[in-house]
Amino acid sequence: MPDGTTPVLDVQDLKTVFRTRGGEVHAVNDVSFSLRKGELLGVVGESGSGKSVTMMSLLGLLPVPPAEIRGGRVMFDGQDLLQIPAKTLREVRGGKIGFVFQDPMTSLNPVFTVGYQIAEPLRKHMGLSKKAAAVRSRELLELVGIPDAEQRLLDYPHQFSGGMRQRVMIAIALACDPQVLIADEPTTALDVTIQAQILELMKELRDKLGMAVIWITHDLGVIAGIADRVMVMYGGQVVEHAPVHDLFSNPKHPYTTALLKTIPSIAGERAARLTVIDGQPPLVVGPPTACPFRDRCAQAMPVCATKVPSRYDVGDGHDAACFLVDPLEVAHAG
Amino acid sequence: MLTFTIRRLLLSIPTLLFIAFVIFMLLELAPGDPMAQMPLTIPPEVKEKMRLALGLGEPWWVRFPLWLKQFFIVEPQYWIDSAFGTNFADGAQRIISFQSRSPVFDTIAQRMPQTLWVVGMSYVVGVLIALPIGIISAYRQYSVFDQTGTFVSMIGFSVPPFFSGVLLIVIFSVQLKWLPSIYDTTHVVNSWDSFVVQLRQMIMPVMVLALQTTAQVSRYMRASMLDNLTQDYVRTARAKGMSESVVVMKHVLRNSMIPVITVIALGIPAIFGGAIITEQIFKVNGLGQLLIIALQGNDIPMVMTITFLLAVLIVMMNLIADVLYGILDPRIRYD
Repeated sequence: MPDGTTPVLDVQDLKTVFRTRGGEVHAVNDVSFSLRKGELLGVVGESGSGKSVTMMSLLGLLPVPPAEIRGGRVMFDGQDLLQIPAKTLREVRGGKIGFVFQDPMTSLNPVFTVGYQIAEPLRKHMGLSKKAAAVRSRELLELVGIPDAEQRLLDYPHQFSGGMRQRVMIAIALACDPQVLIADEPTTALDVTIQAQILELMKELRDKLGMAVIWITHDLGVIAGIADRVMVMYGGQVVEHAPVHDLFSNPKHPYTTALLKTIPSIAGERAARLTVIDGQPPLVVGPPTACPFRDRCAQAMPVCATKVPSRYDVGDGHDAACFLVDPLEVAHAG
Repeated sequence: MLTFTIRRLLLSIPTLLFIAFVIFMLLELAPGDPMAQMPLTIPPEVKEKMRLALGLGEPWWVRFPLWLKQFFIVEPQYWIDSAFGTNFADGAQRIISFQSRSPVFDTIAQRMPQTLWVVGMSYVVGVLIALPIGIISAYRQYSVFDQTGTFVSMIGFSVPPFFSGVLLIVIFSVQLKWLPSIYDTTHVVNSWDSFVVQLRQMIMPVMVLALQTTAQVSRYMRASMLDNLTQDYVRTARAKGMSESVVVMKHVLRNSMIPVITVIALGIPAIFGGAIITEQIFKVNGLGQLLIIALQGNDIPMVMTITFLLAVLIVMMNLIADVLYGILDPRIRYD
């Protein structure tokens, strides 16, 4: 439901490296994207593609060291989140940008009641009194569909099931009416029925509250059902970026094409084997010098090993980082 | 929680009875004669009569229940009598020391304050130093502070108090002449000056004992903090916009204290054991010294009573540690 063109969040050339004993791992390489008001941006990619690291870099949630943000700009609310002082950044975290993490089993503090943990950001960012925070906490639990909310506020995380805990996490992220919600694989640790419930809940909440959402997942099925736009990441780079229908009907990057082929179909004959992409995702030590996907790419060309492809526009807000769509290369070949 | 505590208290009764029996039998089976230190001029038949007078003529199955009766019935009655002016004890025989022929508990009551001052103070000081060291060492892992802390606690672990104590005496009493080497038990604190004197004589024994405590507790604290600092809920707390002090001192510390509380509670009886040696070195006239003298003189009632009191302390601290565990960690509910 994008309702305009002003981006609430605009990321330019974000670069994050991890200093390890084996050298510098370039986890995020020149990632740029923007998020419009009320829009749901899906971010897909396999494990280690830099999805989570990108999002955590935005809010300074990575441990420094070993992580280090090398460059880029994260414009939000008229300020660069990478430049503002820690105190101002803390006001953005949890206040204007909510974050839901992957594993609901460990993401809540086991020794505090759920009510306390929801009330914490309310009291800090909205300056609510203890009483007002308790009332709002109850509303939030009801909003995310936890029955008997009043009572459950007094319970500890271990008294909740995984799905219920993830709802609590969402309630915490939504507590201060954020403009942006970043959900980092929020349904990965949950079983399929609970996953469907959470997805429904998120769609409903987005429509109701009108916030922009970044949804990180490695499940393309989820993305198809929920996202407005999709960003595909590989080896710490954005390899393709398109409106959701465009991406599924007309993928431009060989990686996206391969990824789409791996989705098992329930229609027709049962395939003998699941389709896989051969090879391993790369661990990028040192700054990238070539296309990260070239070793696994069926259409690799000599040029792929010599330089990094930039993101070439292929029309209608669709771009791909592949020399196959590079106007210069295409002209060459033609 | 209350039913758990009561159940554990009831369960500790047979435990303590068994411990009492084991201590008694150990002392019974150990070689040694309470009359050994009597002058040689006393004829053997007189010694034999003295032995009978001490009750040593009776077999163990008479003496052990008698000790139990004296410890659990007569002594409490006596203390109630002296507190409220009642007459429950009615002149019943109390536990009497072989050496001094005075009631064991009177001597213990005299010695207790010195030990509590030195041992108790050193434990409080040790823990109060250890907790911040552990927290900072973990939060700034591998910093200069952390490395120094590791080095100091390694010394604390590996240098025994009978060495560090003597070393301190040599440096600060003999060479520099800053502090007294002997703890004066008769010293009465009634003015600022006498308080300073008390403080000066306490510093060295307290520091020797505190070094051990600090070394141990700070290591546990550091390890526990490190465990928790990398947990997912810490990231959640940061993502909620909590300040670093709230994240560390509230979210992480509360979780890290759970195992450390057990270590602190169980360390209390251990420090009493360690104090036995330290008291000897600094000539503190406390319980530890009393125990050593009683052991040397084959003063069985005294040894038996002090050892058993230490056992009670250990059992109680175990119980307290378990209860605190349940209070700090909501995942543990005993009922």
